[in-house]
Amino acid sequence: MTTETPEAQLGQEPGAQQREAEFEAQFRRTIEAKDRIEPRDWMPEAYRKTLIRQVAQHAHSEIIGMQPEGNWISRAPSLRRKAILLAKVQDEAGHGLYLYSATETLGATRNELTEKLIAGRQKYSSIFNYPALSYADVGTIGWLVDGAAIVNQVPLCRTSFGPYGRAMIRICKEESFHQRQGYELLMTMMRGTDEQREMVQESVNRFWWPALMMFGPPDDDSPNTAQSMAWGIKTHTNDELRQKFVDMSVPQAEALGVTFPDEGLQWNEERGHYDFTQPDWSEFWAVVKGNGPCNVQRLAHRKKAWDDGAWVREAAMAFAEKSAEAAAPGADTDSPDSGAARAEEVAR
Amino acid sequence: MSETPNETGGTVRGEWPLYEVFVRGKRGLNHVHVGSLHAPDDEMAIRHARDVYTRRNEGVSIWVVRSSEITASSPDEKDPLFAPSGDKVYRHPTFYDIPADVPHM
Repeated sequence: MTTETPEAQLGQEPGAQQREAEFEAQFRRTIEAKDRIEPRDWMPEAYRKTLIRQVAQHAHSEIIGMQPEGNWISRAPSLRRKAILLAKVQDEAGHGLYLYSATETLGATRNELTEKLIAGRQKYSSIFNYPALSYADVGTIGWLVDGAAIVNQVPLCRTSFGPYGRAMIRICKEESFHQRQGYELLMTMMRGTDEQREMVQESVNRFWWPALMMFGPPDDDSPNTAQSMAWGIKTHTNDELRQKFVDMSVPQAEALGVTFPDEGLQWNEERGHYDFTQPDWSEFWAVVKGNGPCNVQRLAHRKKAWDDGAWVREAAMAFAEKSAEAAAPGADTDSPDSGAARAEEVAR
Repeated sequence: MSETPNETGGTVRGEWPLYEVFVRGKRGLNHVHVGSLHAPDDEMAIRHARDVYTRRNEGVSIWVVRSSEITASSPDEKDPLFAPSGDKVYRHPTFYDIPADVPHM
């Protein structure tokens, strides 16, 4: 904007307030009808901010989520397992990109989000601050961590913001491969030696509690849930999704031949659900605040990849600009035709 | 997924421009908008689109276009823009009552 904008004055016009109220009413009607909000629709500033925060956090989780398993690509026990793991980690990168695109429709820029992540001003899922110590962890992460992600993400396919929902649909389709390859990997190990079976059980013991934490704090301690549900961003509470995950996982564990490290875990006939012990929420908050086993390492690695890639981004841009210059009509000739050619180009 | 050609659609120095990606699922279908991505130029946008949006044979053809090149109708004006078709119910076949015993209609 080069002049005092009409928009700036619009704010003081008596009609502007009324128009704003009409927009808000329209927004509310769209949400109530369970219709979707699209990028160019009017939306309350708080809705936009909440979405940017949530979708960026989701995108960051996919990108950081490549690290725990990425370590095992070069150590996979067979070419088959290596190809599968490579495809899975590549998917995580893709999922991050879909989600960054969705945040861009809200006016955020890609660079700004990456820089906020690296500066520690935006979060990612705490689960990725736990290390993948054994090869069985690749299987457990696929089964339990991606399994929990699916439970979280399926309802998000119907979230109120169109681009976020469409990204989730795409992601959920691909996520099922992630879970199945993990479970199949663990089944293979369970058919192996005693030592391999112990590896699987030990891995499950370590990941069970952090997997339960993936749904976020208990409902009483989740101040944003009510507003997010009113806006149709979330459709289920953290505790509802956690319960669903436990109910789904127990029979899978039985089929696999492992147990979860919870003595309180038992079927409750009356409720029609499994009772289970809550994870240690003080550990959850400690990890969120940056004191998990791998927080520092994860961010340092992301920063290094970002910094090391800077010259590639710049070189590609410089190459594109140079190629465009070279391709422009009359770029290196001063023939009388070049002006006409340019005019023709413009007319097209 | 940027249906908004906003300022991020242009070239911010240091950030590759934004492209919108359209994929034809198979022969005979329309190209459908699937999302967006950043790329330094058109050719790289096609290559990135292949990697980001067609990892599982989702398409037989890809279109990319700079987001800044898209002109979109304004949501504020959607009522006046689409109003002309709103009151023309006679354009739909169901507007016409045809007796049930008339065959093949």
